[in-house]
Amino acid sequence: MSNKTNEKEVLLSVRNVDIAFDNKTGIGKKRFRAVKNANFDIYRGETFALVGESGSGKTTLGRAILRINELSTGEIYFKGKKISGKLSKEDDREVIRSIQMIFQDPAASLNERATIEYCISEGLYNFHLYKDEEDRIAKVDKALHDVGLLPEHKSRYPHEFSGGQRQRVGIARAMIMEPELIVADEPISALDVSIRAQVLNLMNKLKDDKGLTYLFIAHDLSVVRFISDRIAVIHLGRIVEIAETEELFKHPLHPYTISLLSAVPMPDPRVEKSKKLVVYDDSGRDLSGEKPILQEIRPGHFVFANDREMKEYDAILKEMEAKEAKQ
Amino acid sequence: MSENKRIILSAKDIEVQFRVRDNYLTAIRNVSLDLYDGETFAIVGESGSGKSVFTKTFTGMLESNGKITNGSIMFEGKDLTKLVTDKDWEGIRGKKISTIFQDPMTSLNPIRTIGSQITEVIMKHQGVSAAEAKKQAIDIMNKVGITNAEQRFDAYPFQYSGGMRQRIVIAIALSCHPDILICDEPTTALDVTIQAQVLQLIKDLQKEYKFTTIYITHDLGVVANVADRVGVMYGGQIVEYGTVEEIFYDPHHPYTWALLSSLPQLGVKGEDLFYITGTPPSLYNKIKGDAFAPRNIYALKIDFEEEPPFFKISDTHYAKTWLLDPRAPKVEKPEVIQNLHEKITAMTSEGGAYYVKQD
Repeated sequence: MSNKTNEKEVLLSVRNVDIAFDNKTGIGKKRFRAVKNANFDIYRGETFALVGESGSGKTTLGRAILRINELSTGEIYFKGKKISGKLSKEDDREVIRSIQMIFQDPAASLNERATIEYCISEGLYNFHLYKDEEDRIAKVDKALHDVGLLPEHKSRYPHEFSGGQRQRVGIARAMIMEPELIVADEPISALDVSIRAQVLNLMNKLKDDKGLTYLFIAHDLSVVRFISDRIAVIHLGRIVEIAETEELFKHPLHPYTISLLSAVPMPDPRVEKSKKLVVYDDSGRDLSGEKPILQEIRPGHFVFANDREMKEYDAILKEMEAKEAKQ
Repeated sequence: MSENKRIILSAKDIEVQFRVRDNYLTAIRNVSLDLYDGETFAIVGESGSGKSVFTKTFTGMLESNGKITNGSIMFEGKDLTKLVTDKDWEGIRGKKISTIFQDPMTSLNPIRTIGSQITEVIMKHQGVSAAEAKKQAIDIMNKVGITNAEQRFDAYPFQYSGGMRQRIVIAIALSCHPDILICDEPTTALDVTIQAQVLQLIKDLQKEYKFTTIYITHDLGVVANVADRVGVMYGGQIVEYGTVEEIFYDPHHPYTWALLSSLPQLGVKGEDLFYITGTPPSLYNKIKGDAFAPRNIYALKIDFEEEPPFFKISDTHYAKTWLLDPRAPKVEKPEVIQNLHEKITAMTSEGGAYYVKQD
């Protein structure tokens, strides 16, 4: 990957990461490769989206960054320091604090028998990140305020909140640790349309106010387009395309990206009803030539291809660019 | 829709109450709906708006603490609200009116083969032999796009992927050639690409078998894709209904405006998305006035006092909002959803963000 670090600081980099699981029950006892040779950087202050369908390995990769899943090969660096594999106790704690997670289902991820105050303070307790009771309460109040909840909500229980409010609590308990990177795994998929908008707005606001960086894991391209700066598309464990958001939407190259784009339902009956579905099918593709790898076709735009495909993609891109230049 | 539309099912003034501990919750508040033969009617609304409960009354599948307390549902000359026992429902539920549920994993029996679950329905409703049922089952499995149907007949649900399982649920629902197919969030648990395929499949099968479809969904993109007509539900009522084009291009109820405005597809980067403040009304208490009024930025004084009637916008388009009263101030729909078609066309046309080149 190119080193454009002169202006943007690389916060996290994933290098040649493979994650495999032992398949103990299946036929042939083959190891299942959930993530195949993943390579990408996340810059400080951006929202980097990892988009794919269920089973694509997006969550596995997110969990690997949180060091829940072990890597089979490869390394992950956070602020230039290797965080995969064994770490010293202090480093371990520091990484746990600086990389926090927001979960998909706010109802399932909060302890339903604990008050909101405890839910939010849990990380502070574990890490002794407060001077005294007063300081802890002040921190909880501030976290609540940041996510748009009120101090009086502290004594309530998760079931007393609506889905959107619960997700705010989920965000507050991540925020109170003052993290630098937040891994948000499908944070809005379980929410209603109108509440989705609230949570997305909140995440954007926190990013601007606190200079947060997000790894946003999702399956829905329309949401991702609104929130992210760059997008990586992952299919069956393989990252097939990475580009800046508008670039990816304007010039999708990999056939899988194209099929994913065509599947986004648009809120317009005339457009939807005349739409033709593009189904991604590997079997019909010309896979001749050497093995494909993730290659940079334009600055910042990577696509998984071999040299023959690179030539084809380049021709397509040139044609699109020429057309746009005319307009 | 053609001129001479035949009404296949007619629900009038339906009210549904649930007994929860010592309280009564009114989930459906006087909803009426005429369903036309062969159409696709989509019901859209947030969770808790009552869209599932309403359609469950068509098949007598309300939970045991729920009761239809008012109204009638006429289907083939019978009032479905009068049916009580499972025996009464025989010949209608599953045969003439079928339902596809959201999660294919929970609607299939995990410890029985796919084949036996399809043949069971065919044998029960059509009284045919096991051999004949198997033949029909394999036939319908092929129809819903299961390759190697004969080999996969004896497989178990866990051996199928999510999309394939939903195809099996569709196969079971269609095995008795129902007149009405209720699809309750049929694709919410599926991936987007699989969702698109399943929606297409249901449309293709509808053309072939000519059944009427009711879609229940919260996804307006799905509605735009499948529906002929749309009803928007809020707080246990349909607040606006019309043809799909009327609802998307000329909506009149502030709740419909709000739903459309909060879509991320219409979001502009760097700006806040529109969102609806507050929470849906509690259905335990009697609702005074317009249920949406407390969250409605366009609410008038009367919205808090008196429930609005349906105002007619066209022969097919009605909305339940005081804003349509001649005395109300004139309010334009929000900027984000004006010229919706032009905006989306720009997004999907060549050079647009969602443009996909077709061969």
